[in-house]
Amino acid sequence: MKLRINGSRNGKGSNGHSADELPRNGHGSAPKVNGSPAPSVTTGAGPTVHPELVEGRADVPGVSASGVWASYGEREVLRELELEAAQGTLTALAGPNGVGKSTLLRLIAGAMRPDRGQARVMGHDISALSGKERARLVGMVPQNPDLPRGASALEVVLMGRNPHLRLLSWESASDVDVALESLRMTDAEHLAERPVHQLSGGERQRVAIAMALAQQTPVILLDEPTASLDLAYQPTIMRLLQELAAEGRTMITAVHDLTLAGQFCDQVAMVSEGRVVACGPPESTLTTEAIRQVYGAETLVLGHPETGKPIVVAR
Amino acid sequence: MAGIRLRGRNALDPAVAGSAGEGGSLTAARVSARLVGLRYPWWRIALGLAVLVVAAIFAASIGSVYVPFGSVVQVVAAGLPGVDLSPDIPRSWDTILWQLRLPRVAQAALVGAALAMSGAAYQGLFKNPLADPYLVGVASGAGLGAVVVLLTGVPMYLAGISLLPVAAFAGGTGAVVVAYSIARNSQGTPTTTLILAGVAIAALTGAVSSLLILRSDPELRPVLAWLLGSLISSEWKECAIVLAYIVPGMAILLGFGRMLNVLQLSEDHAAMLGVPVEKVKLLLIAAATLVTAAAVSFSGLIGFVGLVAPHVVRLIWGPDYRFLLPMSAIVGATFLVLADLVARTIVSPGELPVGMVTAFCGAPFFLYLLRRRRLGV
Repeated sequence: MKLRINGSRNGKGSNGHSADELPRNGHGSAPKVNGSPAPSVTTGAGPTVHPELVEGRADVPGVSASGVWASYGEREVLRELELEAAQGTLTALAGPNGVGKSTLLRLIAGAMRPDRGQARVMGHDISALSGKERARLVGMVPQNPDLPRGASALEVVLMGRNPHLRLLSWESASDVDVALESLRMTDAEHLAERPVHQLSGGERQRVAIAMALAQQTPVILLDEPTASLDLAYQPTIMRLLQELAAEGRTMITAVHDLTLAGQFCDQVAMVSEGRVVACGPPESTLTTEAIRQVYGAETLVLGHPETGKPIVVAR
Repeated sequence: MAGIRLRGRNALDPAVAGSAGEGGSLTAARVSARLVGLRYPWWRIALGLAVLVVAAIFAASIGSVYVPFGSVVQVVAAGLPGVDLSPDIPRSWDTILWQLRLPRVAQAALVGAALAMSGAAYQGLFKNPLADPYLVGVASGAGLGAVVVLLTGVPMYLAGISLLPVAAFAGGTGAVVVAYSIARNSQGTPTTTLILAGVAIAALTGAVSSLLILRSDPELRPVLAWLLGSLISSEWKECAIVLAYIVPGMAILLGFGRMLNVLQLSEDHAAMLGVPVEKVKLLLIAAATLVTAAAVSFSGLIGFVGLVAPHVVRLIWGPDYRFLLPMSAIVGATFLVLADLVARTIVSPGELPVGMVTAFCGAPFFLYLLRRRRLGV
């Protein structure tokens, strides 16, 4: 497998772009956590998106689900769900446990098929694609991924190259570069040689996200990436997701912390009983009334003193 | 809306940047080459093979008649075209080595390699460190096949072909096919169900074997010998047959080393990385079963090689299956060659079943693993 990134391998050093010229959003610089050491290795910009399956599709929604019904055996989980996420945005899926957020993510990733309706990723009907094609379109970061014991962070991230490799082929040097880049983007490059089972929860999460980045997909889904992280790591991860979205990726993440969702996401989709009951910018979706309806909980929604974004406090 | 940025960033292409020769890129290249085994550790494989060859020659030199190490080398070399046996080596040594010891050593190496590699594949596939090649029923199925031929009225030979290995092979593969079919559902084949189905099939076929043994005449030594594993009747012809199964089976297993690495994530996760999980599972189980069934059909149920060898490799060199699979085969082959040497010399002129020797070494190691696992080390 010859790796193609940006459709060309021939423009060696043809111009002087550097990592600093990457589009950043309003929150500024790359995430730095607890003074972790600066990446020691730099090879340019982050892994971009593999052009195959994506070219000429700048105008379609990154992800769209229309009239989707899905069930596990007899148990219906999604009921006529509608969702649309534009390219280059970060969407939060919010809602109580068991309403189908994880199911929806699995369905968009093509890991399960809808009973009715259709999930489209970059305009492709996801269930019509092969497993490998799906894995080149959608990267998934499961909740608490089961990272193999004894493997180094880099070895784990290299597994993200699988969709770009033939059965018998091994990772080439360029695959390794993509993996190192992915680690750099998640500010985890200094962890490359460390065995993953020795990493902290936040470090493991960054490695898991790097693995999805190494797939070079236009769409990345995350299932509660901040769930087990401490106060310092949660915004770091969310800011990272924001930056990845700002580079053009469609990012969808399930979140429990509505304040985090409000601060960092472009849109919030409120999921209740298998359907999206509200979807839009956090200011319009995260209201006392909507939260009462979806969670059955009484909350106070305040405005962030600097950004005006909603802060949700339980009452 | 931003859209996916596809154009105008070629210089940011990591592959391109990596070859640009800047200081940082060189660091990256160094890191990558060291970490990922892009430089595959061939020298370790070569070293392992060298150790195996030395062990094999050593094993061939020892027995009721001692043949010096150098003479074994000469006799083996004389097997090559254009090399004549030097006149000061007794003809009897030539016969002993080529007719008796070398086929036996070769068989031990083949069986050891087969069991160890399928054990490693099963441990990876089932993500269970206590898995061995007999996990899904090969052993008890093959045992039943062998018992049927040894104890019932079925003829031992048909058209000059010994039916024992044929029946053992059929029983072993049959048991796995049944276990796999039972475990399979519309979604796939859950590994836990497969293991449980294998356990149930093993119990059932084991019970039938016991029944046959109880109801038969008391000539049980051949049955016991087979069940404990023995390389006593090794011939070149058998080696060739085993080799014919082992080579394609092992080639398949070796080809899936990288997939096995990815499968160490959850199956769901691996599927979302584009791994055709069910196909890979079926193919690997089929390959491991063929290899194992071929090995046990001639040598009986030799235990612990398939469990211990992969763990030794994993403990020393880590869990990358691309290295683990071939190295396990080498370690397993060496282990069984030496175990068989012990089996046929320790109670000379008699002989122990080699499975007994491997159990003596393997069982304590197994317990050590359990203990280590319990302590969470």
